[in-house]
Amino acid sequence: MLIVFLVLSGGCTPNDPYRASDTGANTFYSTFFEPPKHLDPARAYSSEEYDFLAQIYEPPLQYHYLKRPYELIPSTVEDVPAPAYYDRDGKRLPHGAAPEKVAKAVYEITVRKGILYQDHPAFAKGPDGEPLYMNLSPSDLKGVDEVSDFKVKGTRELKSDDYILEIMRLADPEIASPVLPIFEKYILGLQEYSEALRRDLDGIRKERREKAGLSYNQEADEKANPVILDYRKHKLPGVERVDDHTFRIILKTKYPQFVYWLAMPFFSPVPEEAHLFYKQGALADRNITIDRFPIGTGPYMMETFNPNMEIILSRNPNFHYEEYPKEGEAVDAEKGLLKDAGTRLPFADKLVFKLEQEVIPRWNKFLQGYYDNSGITSDSFDQAVSFSAAGEAELTDAMKEKGITLLTSVRPSIYYTGFNMLDESIGGYSPEKQKLRQAISIALDFEEYIEIFNNGRGIPAMSPIPPGIFGNKDGKDGVNRYVYEWDDAKKRPVRKSLEYARKLMAEAGFSNGRDKNGRPLVITFDNPWTGADSTPMINWYIKRMRLLGIQLENRTTDYNRFQEKMLKGNFQMFSWGWNADYPDPENFLFLLIGSNSKVKYQGENVSNYSSPEFDRLFKIMENMDNSPERLKVIDEMLAIAKKDSPWVWGHHPVAFGLYHQWMSNIKPNSMANNTMKYLRVDPELRKKLRQEWNSPNLWPLAIIAALIILGSIPAVISVRRRLGRAKR
Amino acid sequence: MPVILATDLIIFFLVGAVLYFVIASRKVGTLKSVRRELGKNRLALVCMVFLAFYVLVALLDSVRYRDAVIDDDGASAVSEDGGVIYSPEALSLLDRALSGMRTRTEKTYSAPFATHSYAKESMEGADGTIVRDYPPLKYPRAHWLGTDRVGNDVLFTALKGVRTGVVIGAGTTIVIIPFAIFFGVVAGFYGGVIDDIVQYIYTTLSSIPGVLLIVAFMLLFGSSGYQGGLISEVHVIWRAFVLNDRLFWLCVILGITSWTDLCRLIRGETLKLRELEYVQASRAFGIGRLSIIYRHIVPNVMHLVLITFVLQFSGLVLAEAILSYIGIGVGPEMGSWGNMINTARLELSREPVVWWNLLAAFAAMFALVLPANIFGDAVRDALDPRLRYR
Amino acid sequence: MLTYIIRRILYAIPIVIGVNLLTAVLFFYVNTPDDMARKILGEKNVTAAQVDNWKRDHGYNLPVFFNTPEEGTAKLTETIFFKKSLPLLWFDFGRSDRNNIDIGGEIKTRMWPSLAISLPMFTLGLVLDLFIAMMLAYYRGTYLDLWGVVLAVVMMSVSTLFYIIGGQFLLGKVLKLFPISGFDTGIDSVKFLVLPVVIGVLSSLGIGVRFYRTVFLEEINKDYIRTARAKGLGEGAVLFKHALKNAMIPILTNVVVSIPFLFYGSLIMERFFAIPGLGNFTIDAIQAQDFAIVRSMVYLGSILYIVGLILTDISYTLVDPRVRFE
Repeated sequence: MLIVFLVLSGGCTPNDPYRASDTGANTFYSTFFEPPKHLDPARAYSSEEYDFLAQIYEPPLQYHYLKRPYELIPSTVEDVPAPAYYDRDGKRLPHGAAPEKVAKAVYEITVRKGILYQDHPAFAKGPDGEPLYMNLSPSDLKGVDEVSDFKVKGTRELKSDDYILEIMRLADPEIASPVLPIFEKYILGLQEYSEALRRDLDGIRKERREKAGLSYNQEADEKANPVILDYRKHKLPGVERVDDHTFRIILKTKYPQFVYWLAMPFFSPVPEEAHLFYKQGALADRNITIDRFPIGTGPYMMETFNPNMEIILSRNPNFHYEEYPKEGEAVDAEKGLLKDAGTRLPFADKLVFKLEQEVIPRWNKFLQGYYDNSGITSDSFDQAVSFSAAGEAELTDAMKEKGITLLTSVRPSIYYTGFNMLDESIGGYSPEKQKLRQAISIALDFEEYIEIFNNGRGIPAMSPIPPGIFGNKDGKDGVNRYVYEWDDAKKRPVRKSLEYARKLMAEAGFSNGRDKNGRPLVITFDNPWTGADSTPMINWYIKRMRLLGIQLENRTTDYNRFQEKMLKGNFQMFSWGWNADYPDPENFLFLLIGSNSKVKYQGENVSNYSSPEFDRLFKIMENMDNSPERLKVIDEMLAIAKKDSPWVWGHHPVAFGLYHQWMSNIKPNSMANNTMKYLRVDPELRKKLRQEWNSPNLWPLAIIAALIILGSIPAVISVRRRLGRAKR
Repeated sequence: MPVILATDLIIFFLVGAVLYFVIASRKVGTLKSVRRELGKNRLALVCMVFLAFYVLVALLDSVRYRDAVIDDDGASAVSEDGGVIYSPEALSLLDRALSGMRTRTEKTYSAPFATHSYAKESMEGADGTIVRDYPPLKYPRAHWLGTDRVGNDVLFTALKGVRTGVVIGAGTTIVIIPFAIFFGVVAGFYGGVIDDIVQYIYTTLSSIPGVLLIVAFMLLFGSSGYQGGLISEVHVIWRAFVLNDRLFWLCVILGITSWTDLCRLIRGETLKLRELEYVQASRAFGIGRLSIIYRHIVPNVMHLVLITFVLQFSGLVLAEAILSYIGIGVGPEMGSWGNMINTARLELSREPVVWWNLLAAFAAMFALVLPANIFGDAVRDALDPRLRYR
Repeated sequence: MLTYIIRRILYAIPIVIGVNLLTAVLFFYVNTPDDMARKILGEKNVTAAQVDNWKRDHGYNLPVFFNTPEEGTAKLTETIFFKKSLPLLWFDFGRSDRNNIDIGGEIKTRMWPSLAISLPMFTLGLVLDLFIAMMLAYYRGTYLDLWGVVLAVVMMSVSTLFYIIGGQFLLGKVLKLFPISGFDTGIDSVKFLVLPVVIGVLSSLGIGVRFYRTVFLEEINKDYIRTARAKGLGEGAVLFKHALKNAMIPILTNVVVSIPFLFYGSLIMERFFAIPGLGNFTIDAIQAQDFAIVRSMVYLGSILYIVGLILTDISYTLVDPRVRFE
């Protein structure tokens, strides 16, 4: 069997998971952990989906690949739009106008001419000029399992209507876009528009049900005959079409952060042809949907969508001219990141993503050279990374020998442990309660947590704003004085002592963790943790809290029940995280404003923190441009929040990425998702190294065989003896 | 203040049953011969010692009580209404006996008998420079099987897994014995429609894939139950009982998915017994059906129960590990070998490999399952000579 | 024969209905549609209105079994049970809750990878089990038998997880003989299958050998074998010709019932080796709490079990003419 197998694999690397014909191809190999649920840009809202989506669709704007702080640049449009503000009477207001005066904020966007979509059957036209693949019946689709199986494909130019259609799709009740509630607050008339569409849908459903009678099965019927809502029937005043390449988005309030949304897939163009093409029951029946086969103008297009095994994107031949950036940060040239400046994108011919749900196989295959990049799991960390004398992460010798590069970047996110501010024993705003929460913040030593569970891959948080986002300060100014002291000699913050925390506890009325009646303070801790790390993590929390005499009652539940508890406010302490949508402090500070309370308004303020002064300052900060004044307001806000300590600020994760030596042009960018067009692979080097690293060890097999033979000798002897006896 | 979990009752019942068999085997005739048979089998005796050790550990880990909270002045704390306040932590006799092992924790991994930590750390030297080296352990050479990721003693964790293993192995069968006997005997004895109904019930239940049934059931009952760790007042009823116990629900559902074999066996045996002469004779004498069932049928199917019990034991212990892997096993705070393996999986890809966690779980499990298998065979041979070969 | 099969199938109908009812109760009361909606809609910005809309769009706003406000038969038909659970009876699995894929189609495509791994595992395992068991039976009483049994017991005392973890570590990582995990279509899949198949066979070898050994020994101790021996037949001939033939019934009971389950795949194996089969599908669904899929898999599993039972009964008659249909 082994020989047959060795022959089949046709070479000296029998553990190669790819086909022999693929060696040497200009392909980037990576993995995905979870199959993407939706590749519909109006619906997708997770990083797993963006990994694919952002390579295919192009929203109007994108982030500059190299520059820091993050900078928006045009992607398919002429320039980054600047809003024009108008008051209630339609009078133009200056840029710095006070938010309450602004009644309309108009963003005029000009789409570049000559951008083509990828080739796709939705654009295919017959000789009569009509779409070729409309009103398909199941019999038309014999032998069609993927979009690439259609014979005729077409393309067309990108137009402003495509962007407008997508904004309308956001309001489509059938699509159920997760950001609709956000934009209903901002885009003029979107709420009324979405309600009108919802009424239309309900009306159509009712009609169909009455027509079909009792045996009506809505699910089956809508699968066979999808409901097509007429978007043009109602007016959406928030979007105006100027001409083929120009359109306007009109907001009802001032919202300077809106431009960041224009870099997210929610504002990608969707051509009407595609929208209608995918509304065919016969196609849905074959799982050919927009959730699986997106149509975009981006550098790559979907080639194979097999979420159970692999997803392959291939270069879009129609991709418009875009070149590698010519400038970046000061050090970028030195790091060789500007070698390709001005070269046409993209570089790799194919992007192959394999489904890998288990960590160990994924890590081992990376080491064998079969994946080009890898994040580091905590358990392979020691193997890959050591710390230099200065405490900086660097690769171990074994990794260096392989020529692997390590890139780190602080992610714009925060993992925090929150308190329920509505809770009687642990919430509230009196000085005692503040002290209690501060004491807990000191006891939960996140330096240790990061060391144990993240192998140093994290930065203890001083406030909700992570490094790299405006408003974060490092050094002495940024330190959270309620938890840390600043050590002038060592130039770093030092966590306050446990004695101090115990003193705070005593002042809060819980000397040694007992209340005045001697009853121990028991705090419940809710988390949705699963997996291998959950037990030690819970034990760590219990251990740390016990240092203050507090008994932690752990309440791990599945994610659903956890969320339900959060929504009902039935909890004391909890663990949660937030990942920024865009690089603005507003996107973090809004997690603490009263009008965003989870219990009261189903918002994202899970700790239900509410401070009138904080909320007032937020309103001011929200509408300011990044400036020293804004920084001052943020400082004031943070001072209030730090004193109240509604969260133990927790930590900001640091992403460690490993890349093999055949990869170049890599710079971690936490905001941009469309970065794969910049990656360059050296397939020849990869081929050589893979062969070097993967020659099989056959000698143990020989040993096993020898052992089996040796072991069976006595058996053979005894059998012979027995047979001999039988003969006699 | 004692705390009694639903699964503690299972352990108590198990110990009681074992004691009963030991005592009864001195008197009752059939059991006497079984005893003699087992006595001849040296290997079985060795296995019995192993099993006895495990049951003993499980028993020690099932007797637990809460201490009163001690005030600053040394007296126990009293609440406003005058009641003594108890700590929410219910430590078992095992916890107390091994309190050294339990409390002597390190910061993170250390190898068996090591003096230094397993991972390098940045440490500040006396002169303020940062050195990266292996920090010395707080308790050098104290951890026989090393420590895990958060520095807990692995030997202690493995011992805490014993109770879970024994409860799953024994509890599952114990929980379902009454039902299996009832349904099996009734179906076999009365036959007809009753037989059809019972057969229908167990065919339906056994036709649902076990894992999926367990998933649904555990989501329904298990997620609100006590999962180990601190005792929450919500769970305590009648001052001392915690009946809503996740592990108990796991036993129940594992029982439901595995009872059909026992039920079918008992039904078959009852069918046979029903036709035996002495049963027919008792009938002819006009003895009530219930009393026939009680006197003649039930005692004569008990050997099947015993055989099933010992044979299922090892399989169930192994099943626990797999369920914990899928995430529907015991809670993360309950020490269990399944949880240990689940954690240890990742540790194998570390370099250098952290092997002691996996080894401890493997050895602890193996040392229970292997004797259970051998002993199970021995019991079956002794009880049911028809099944003996050679 | 035909009437017998038809009768057996008719017997199966109430069981199928029972399974259907039971799963409906379990899944619609355990995981309320609200839970489902929240899980599926995502983590950010989920409002109550969105939850309601999702429920309405996916038909989960109806009562489970009985819709009182409706009239006539609609009381029964306008329910979750009627719309979601009953169609399973005619294999209309519907669409998954999470990503709206066609479950029936997914089962059809995922069946093959499952089969690709379970079929060789099963046949190879069976052949090896039977062969070793027969060897042990042949050399019963010798030290070969003794140590064979001991080894079998030792092997069955090791958790499957250890076999998988150890196998991947040793054969995949250290010796670099096989890809650690993965799958491909067609002939390219062979290199991926070797490792899981070897591990799968090894992990079930202990139980199999022990079971079949007892089966053979039971036969060997019967009178007809003694007669055959007395006739002067060699031990080998006795074992292979007579004992094997008569041991077919217990072997069949064990084997035939599991044949339909080959389609069903193995949860753990497929997970560890990233085989895109039905087992992996099920675990994913469990972890994502996509109960439309779990429900379908429960139903499929029970159907396969019942088919297995019927096949077993039929196969008896083929190997043993003494077994007749009542």
